[in-house]
Amino acid sequence: MSSPERTWKTIESGPHPYEEALHPVVRKNYGKWKYHEIPKPGVLKHVAESGDAIYTVRAGTQRQDTVDTVRTLCDIADKYTDGYLRFTVRNNVEFITPNEENVEPMISELESLGFPVGGTGMCVSSVAHTQGWLHCDIPATDASGVVKSMMDAVYNEFKDMRMPNKVRLSTSCCSINCGGQADIAVVVKHTRPPRINHEHLSQICELPKAVARCPVAAIRPTVVNGQKSLMVDEAKCICCGACFGACPAMEINHPEHSKFAIWVGGKNSNARSKPSTMSIVAHNLPNNPPRWPEVTDVIGRILGAYKEGGRPWERVGEWINRIGWKRFFDETGLVFDEDMIDSYRHARTTFNQSAHVRF
Amino acid sequence: MEGANEGALKGACHCEGCGSGGNGEGKFLNPTPMLDQLECGPWPSFITGFKELAQRTEKPMLRGVLDQLEYSYNTRMGYWKGGLVTVDGYGAGIITRYSMIKDKFPEAAEFHTMRIQPAPGLHYNTKMLRELCDIWEKYGSGIITLHGQTGDIMLQGIEQDKVQECFDELNKKGWDLGGAGAGMRTGVSCIGPGRCDNACYDNLKLHLKALKHFVGQVHRPEWNYKLKFKFSGCPNDCTNAIMRSDLAVIGTWRDAIQVDRDEVRAWVDEKGVEALVNNVINHCPTKAISLRDSEMEIEARDCVRCMHCINVMPKALSPGRERGISLLMGGKNTLKVGVNMGSMIVPFMKMESDEDIGEFLDLIEEIIDWWDDNGLDHERIGETIERVGLKQFIEGAGLETDINMVSRPRDNPYFKAKY
Repeated sequence: MSSPERTWKTIESGPHPYEEALHPVVRKNYGKWKYHEIPKPGVLKHVAESGDAIYTVRAGTQRQDTVDTVRTLCDIADKYTDGYLRFTVRNNVEFITPNEENVEPMISELESLGFPVGGTGMCVSSVAHTQGWLHCDIPATDASGVVKSMMDAVYNEFKDMRMPNKVRLSTSCCSINCGGQADIAVVVKHTRPPRINHEHLSQICELPKAVARCPVAAIRPTVVNGQKSLMVDEAKCICCGACFGACPAMEINHPEHSKFAIWVGGKNSNARSKPSTMSIVAHNLPNNPPRWPEVTDVIGRILGAYKEGGRPWERVGEWINRIGWKRFFDETGLVFDEDMIDSYRHARTTFNQSAHVRF
Repeated sequence: MEGANEGALKGACHCEGCGSGGNGEGKFLNPTPMLDQLECGPWPSFITGFKELAQRTEKPMLRGVLDQLEYSYNTRMGYWKGGLVTVDGYGAGIITRYSMIKDKFPEAAEFHTMRIQPAPGLHYNTKMLRELCDIWEKYGSGIITLHGQTGDIMLQGIEQDKVQECFDELNKKGWDLGGAGAGMRTGVSCIGPGRCDNACYDNLKLHLKALKHFVGQVHRPEWNYKLKFKFSGCPNDCTNAIMRSDLAVIGTWRDAIQVDRDEVRAWVDEKGVEALVNNVINHCPTKAISLRDSEMEIEARDCVRCMHCINVMPKALSPGRERGISLLMGGKNTLKVGVNMGSMIVPFMKMESDEDIGEFLDLIEEIIDWWDDNGLDHERIGETIERVGLKQFIEGAGLETDINMVSRPRDNPYFKAKY
């Protein structure tokens, strides 16, 4: 949109500069931090080579915030941390101050405003998640609602540090999984091939792009009522929904048949074991708004078993590697089935190519 | 879970105060009984926030969006479709959303998102944030996601005819749009040297310089598909760079871990030898640590820089002095060939001076040129490498072969050698 009376010439500056956003004590000791401690859940203490110490108070947020929420967080920062704050990659807000005496009043005020203080160390941190029904154009569910329901259930695990190691959760509202790899992830699984609206398809879709998008070559050109269209070989289709992104006339979402799956053992950190991808441990869970109790139940079982059986510093995937998948299913009460055997490219790398067996 | 909210676990909501946003008769909002259930429980509720904002500002768009969301909760389907909206001179940065059911909810007919690039490390001062909020409240819905999965501030909910004016005001305050489509995307960095004792390079500076360098490609997408940078200060990879970015820049070091022997002794005195054996030595992935005369010994040659022992003993151990970055490439999620971690492309590069940064950016340019020549439409760089071959990529980008690029040499005997 160009407006004739526009007088401002855009400055293509890229990211906002960061120096003015750093607390003066942070700026002074930039790159010269010596060590850190976690004095209590939700609080970090970092000590610099200069001897300066700063305290961070970390709190959970709803992520889908409003200007009012952000202004409230700014009020806290103005009052206790000289007007500086930051966010973490997992949507927590952090207030950094050199004044230790500000820590407790800040915690009280954040908690009284409904922002739980925690998210540090061996805890269940906030959930990385996607946009869902609120804003995405290809969602089968509402990630924000699932996350809210899940975090209500594990609220105390956010505020405490009683897990064997960090637990990262993520939630995704379609199979593309923008939520990412996590220790425990909730990801939608479509269970039926796309339903094609031939009338719209020929008008709104670039046919070759939709054909090229399919990972298993299940989409083919066809003619319907004299118009060029597409067909899906339903035997080949793996119900990934990739075509829907290219061509909205291939509707994959379904109120009943888009289900939930739970995945575990993903990790990005290099600590101890190499980064790992997730494995499926439950699926066919209903998309059941507004509280998705079936999903929360499975998450609770996995967290409970991990908390009970994990050794210090073992992430979920490392715990499973030690005890084996058989015991994982035994201890969580989940059931391994044939659909959990990989049937896609490089599947054999996930088969047991050894005589190692657990009885 | 112990201590879990009973109602939340069962999925039912019987708390008092549900729907206390006041959307009863005669109020601004229409009833939203499904969404009201998300106001139960102790975790902060986005629905409560939306309702309070709607009641205060009486913006019709907010009422429409809540109504449409309630409808989605009832019908279990989403109702947004894309389109094309940009600002002058840009081809990306606005995510367009039109309602498919605007006859039902005309107030939510348009609900576009402006992606805004935050400062590296997601640092703010309250002046910056308050300016952002004021402009956003003036032109948009007032809903903000902090932050999107690609690192943007997502200003959600604006109509097309207000986009340019809103952007101009934001731009006057130093904000710029992030990417979308087949171009460079907004970068992400961890807190780095701003606070972390493990930061191995100035990732905030590199983030800023790299994204400024590619600013044209952020705003005018021209590649095969998206390309994302993430900058983690150390191998703990708090930005999830390896999986969530095509260009994962991860801090590392080349010499030995620094050991403060007094602090090691203090740690053992406090926690015991058992803790040292079970929590540090036994977890070392390459068995580089052993106990010798009751002292901890690290064999530097065996260390793979995983960070575990440093994480457990942050006061006693720290990364070496000769620091820099590793570049891993090709990480991406599911669409379309499946999940891939980035793979090691450059095991070590110094990242101290502006010349180092210049060399780094030259290398990235080379890599993108190769991808431009070899990639297919809608193909991420990791997929191109998988299809064409790592060997071909190394040659194309002018890199040197390094044993660190692989877990092991090939096991497939069918190959053609140069001799």
